[in-house]
Amino acid sequence: MGKTHTTHNYLNANDNDLHLDLFYVQFLSLNILTGLTRRRFKMKYPNLLSKSLLLSALTTSGFASAATPTPTLEELWTVIQSQQKQIASLKAKAAETEEKVEATGEALEQQAANNQASHSKTTIGGYGELHYNNLEEGDGDDFKEIDLHRFVLFFGHEFNERTRFVGELEVEHGGVEADGSPLDGELEVEQAYVELDINDTLSAKGGVFLVPAGIMNETHEPPTFYGVERNPVENIIIPATWVTGGAAISNQFANGIQADFAVHSGLQMPTTGSSAFRIRSGRQKISNASANDLAMTARLKYTGVPGLELAGTVHYQSDITQTSGDGADAATLLEAHAIWNRGPFTAKALFASWDIDGSAIAAAGGDKQDGYYLEGGYKLTKDFGIFARYNEVDGVRVQDEFDQIDIGFNWWPHEDVVVKVDYMDRENDNNSDRDLDGFNVGIGYQF
Amino acid sequence: MRLLTFLFICLLTMTAQARGVYQQPADFIHDAFSGNAPAAKRLWITGDRKKVSREILGHPPSSLRLRYWGKGKRTAWILEEIGKEKPITVGIIINKNRIEKVKVLIFLESRGWEVRHDFFTKQFENIGLLVSQQLDKPIDGISGATLSVRALKKLVRLALYLHSQTDFSHVAP
Repeated sequence: MGKTHTTHNYLNANDNDLHLDLFYVQFLSLNILTGLTRRRFKMKYPNLLSKSLLLSALTTSGFASAATPTPTLEELWTVIQSQQKQIASLKAKAAETEEKVEATGEALEQQAANNQASHSKTTIGGYGELHYNNLEEGDGDDFKEIDLHRFVLFFGHEFNERTRFVGELEVEHGGVEADGSPLDGELEVEQAYVELDINDTLSAKGGVFLVPAGIMNETHEPPTFYGVERNPVENIIIPATWVTGGAAISNQFANGIQADFAVHSGLQMPTTGSSAFRIRSGRQKISNASANDLAMTARLKYTGVPGLELAGTVHYQSDITQTSGDGADAATLLEAHAIWNRGPFTAKALFASWDIDGSAIAAAGGDKQDGYYLEGGYKLTKDFGIFARYNEVDGVRVQDEFDQIDIGFNWWPHEDVVVKVDYMDRENDNNSDRDLDGFNVGIGYQF
Repeated sequence: MRLLTFLFICLLTMTAQARGVYQQPADFIHDAFSGNAPAAKRLWITGDRKKVSREILGHPPSSLRLRYWGKGKRTAWILEEIGKEKPITVGIIINKNRIEKVKVLIFLESRGWEVRHDFFTKQFENIGLLVSQQLDKPIDGISGATLSVRALKKLVRLALYLHSQTDFSHVAP
């Protein structure tokens, strides 16, 4: 109030002049430093300009003191010119800063692009899972165990746009025995192949790779499936993880059909001992593996509707023991599965069956080995899902003939980390002492 | 069997050719605006934009600013995200705050090839973004392509969010 009052008195103008003064003071406060405006108003309102300049000077100086001598018009004009220069200089600096920011942005964009290009050559990933089993067998024996079931490191390298390497090194059950250590696991190469793009849809690979059969054999990172332990059908009938050495081609059609064909090392099934004619025991570790009888695998997979997967595999080996005259000869595996994912709901069904020729294996009851499972899962939230699964397995050993129910849940604290809890109840077809029930807890991850 | 194996090995030695580039990004932008694309604009990913982008992607955005093209209520974006090991380059057109088109331009992953086809990307058409930065309709995944599907969903969410930060964002009457 004081300032306004003082200003009014100082101007001592008539009412009309005062209104005009105040209006143009505001205008000039915004434009006073532009010479054009100044000249225009000086011509039109010669008296007002001087008054306004004075008012502006007074309001900006804050009336430091009544005793301060009033600046002359020339002095004010000098101040204004000085401020004009400063503004021009600031504008130039602002433009320069804008240019620098732009250049920095360009450089950052380029750096981001370069980083992405250089990162893409070699990649490292992995997955793993720790299991706690608390089970009771039919004869009353407990089975309680903590096991670092898998620790897998993934390596990929792109030689060029059409040639790449894929490798996986797996440590099972915590490590391998050395110098009397209690480690009870394996160290093995799970994948090591070079893949070539032949054209836009056809690729070929050679090396150590996973047999294209079933759901779990190629996709088994823990966050991708329900249940602590993998389902028993894809353990006993399809011996996942089923690693083989050889060559394969794969063609991807635009309608969502994928066709795979592979020629690779076959199984070498034992014919004697406690694991005689057991499919899983026939896996070779691509370590001086017998190649007397190579195997062939063909698969057709359809994923042309989002959420749906239909697939079928035929696998053939002319002699599953790779030794003639031992009573176990040509073997054929047929496998089919379906996956239906709609919103939070997932359903899976898989059937697999071996048909093996030979008198000895027929006598042992191992010429037909098959199994299936049905699974339903429902995600209650983005991070939490429940499931139930029914498994029926008919293998060759007494303990490999059973049905099993699993129920439980997965909790994903992060999309690549999962905590699993399930309850399992296995009923053996032959001997109730081989029944098994209890719960499992696991934690798994992928990166 | 010997003959089959021999033929198979011969097939592997055939002259190979590169794959993975299904449309050049520049061509996508050209088509998006019917051959009359506006000049590219840039959006700085700083402050809240950086925070939200990080939440959507699950990691810091790779660039401090992103180029986009806009006209009327439409914007077009070229975005990249790694699926399992390789970047997937995706072109996204947004019209009135909803997805008009999603197209995978470059796909170099060895798994999850299905996501580059129309039968998968059509799911995104007319989808929008909730306040929670989630898509307002579910997207059905593909078994064995989890990481590629996830990458595309993130990019679509990011594009919708960034569109809302531009002058081309649609305000419903």
